[in-house]
Amino acid sequence: MAMIDDNSKNQIKTIFEQLKEQVNVVLIVKKEECETCSDTQTFVTEMTDISEKLTLEVLDESDDKAKEFGVTMYPAIILLDKDNKDYGIKFYGIPAGHEINSFIMGLIEVSGAGEQLPEDVVKKIEAINKPIDIKVFITLSCPHCPGAVAKAHKLAFMNKNVNAEMIEANTFGEISTKYNVSGVPKIVINEDTELLGDQPLNAFLSAIENL
Amino acid sequence: MAIDFSLNVGTTKSKRVKSDKLYDTLIIGGGPAGLNAALYAKRKGLQVGILTQRIGGQVLDTKVVENYLGYTKITGEELMREFEDHVNEYDVPISDEMQVKQIKCEEYKEIHTTTDEVYKAKTVIIATGSIPRMLGIPGEKEFNGKGVSYCAICDGSLYQDGIVMVIGGGNAAIGSALDLSRIAKKVMIVHRSTFRADQILLDRLNEQKNIDIYLETEIKEIKGQSKMTHVITYDKDTKLEKSINVEGLFVEIGHVPRTEYLNGLIELENNGEIIVDSNGETSEPGIFAAGDVTNVKYKQIVIAAAEGAKAALSATEYINKGKH
Repeated sequence: MAMIDDNSKNQIKTIFEQLKEQVNVVLIVKKEECETCSDTQTFVTEMTDISEKLTLEVLDESDDKAKEFGVTMYPAIILLDKDNKDYGIKFYGIPAGHEINSFIMGLIEVSGAGEQLPEDVVKKIEAINKPIDIKVFITLSCPHCPGAVAKAHKLAFMNKNVNAEMIEANTFGEISTKYNVSGVPKIVINEDTELLGDQPLNAFLSAIENL
Repeated sequence: MAIDFSLNVGTTKSKRVKSDKLYDTLIIGGGPAGLNAALYAKRKGLQVGILTQRIGGQVLDTKVVENYLGYTKITGEELMREFEDHVNEYDVPISDEMQVKQIKCEEYKEIHTTTDEVYKAKTVIIATGSIPRMLGIPGEKEFNGKGVSYCAICDGSLYQDGIVMVIGGGNAAIGSALDLSRIAKKVMIVHRSTFRADQILLDRLNEQKNIDIYLETEIKEIKGQSKMTHVITYDKDTKLEKSINVEGLFVEIGHVPRTEYLNGLIELENNGEIIVDSNGETSEPGIFAAGDVTNVKYKQIVIAAAEGAKAALSATEYINKGKH
């Protein structure tokens, strides 16, 4: 049975008309001890089938190519642009439920059709000159979470020093416990700066400035 | 795994409000009151725009709505999507992620945002709603996001088979307790007086075997280390304090109006609510208000939406009379 029903597919198809260039989606799975890998594969396959501008490559964690992405948890989704450029945009866990929104926004962003930001904000983002790692912990039933994920991913897209990952807290209990996640979205920047809630872009930027 | 989608990325993204244009009316807030005000104002032929933090407002945090006429059962998010789609049919510019810092009454009304943009209009409709009320007890701020939550649908799933507590006695509290009872092992619901929720919800509450009810009970303190671990309760009848182990505490004790940016511009009740007359007019000519931000007593989606319509019609009349 299809995971995405026809009605949703049609809606997504209309949204995907915004895609500008091709986006190459890479899914890395693990054969054993991965409860959500097969569902995620079905989901990502169905999503990428909706538009001709989307390609999908499924890798096993043991593949040499998979190791190049430095992924440590599975399933992991990486969005590459038409030239296979890696912007550091990752999704750990299935981006279903509410998170389908950040997944779609990520695809649109990497295709080059993301929302244009005001000039002063662009300048601030481009000025980030140190390595920044952003983790956004989410649950699939959280309406505020996709906004936080999309903003983190936008920063990663716009500046090569920034890496941003969505982490589904229920799938990855161990790391969520390690980062003491009991409310979402929880944003962790460079391991020790924490933000709670769907923060405006300016809050991300001032947290980064204050590091 | 059950896959359920909550698609809300707009297919037709609305235009944004322009800062170099004079509007007939600018609406602050994108919940039921703001969206309905936009619909009514636009149909009257006004130049209208919406400035909001997020389209949909706090209804987005409501899992199921069962009392909006015409919808037997709909998620809060779907209902707001219907509202938004309806408004988008009319080409109303909407700017989201906007926070208002100040409103000034100069030749026209000026709305200043926290990102230092200025928008101008002949009239303003304030529909900024409210934010969750905090308990105001020791430990609450410390453990916010570390066990204390104000969004049960967001954080509930983090407590699979856990022990959680809901504070409050209204519909939102009972609704959250019912949702959590399907996830957590044990749910306690604590309220300082008696329940004021709809009987239909209380009946469902009483049917759930894993929900314990503590009425006439107050929460004194939240304790823990890196996360909350227990709360101190006080039973008003027995006058006894108790320490109860709790992993997650969901606060659902109502809301406080979001009016701090008004800085004395218009008259407020002592509790911060904007005083409006029966037509949605505030103490300042040309400024109207609607929804949960006002002193209209009942906070309901259908009431907020209707008050939004009233405010828009009042603003239209104000403009037509050439009062601006």
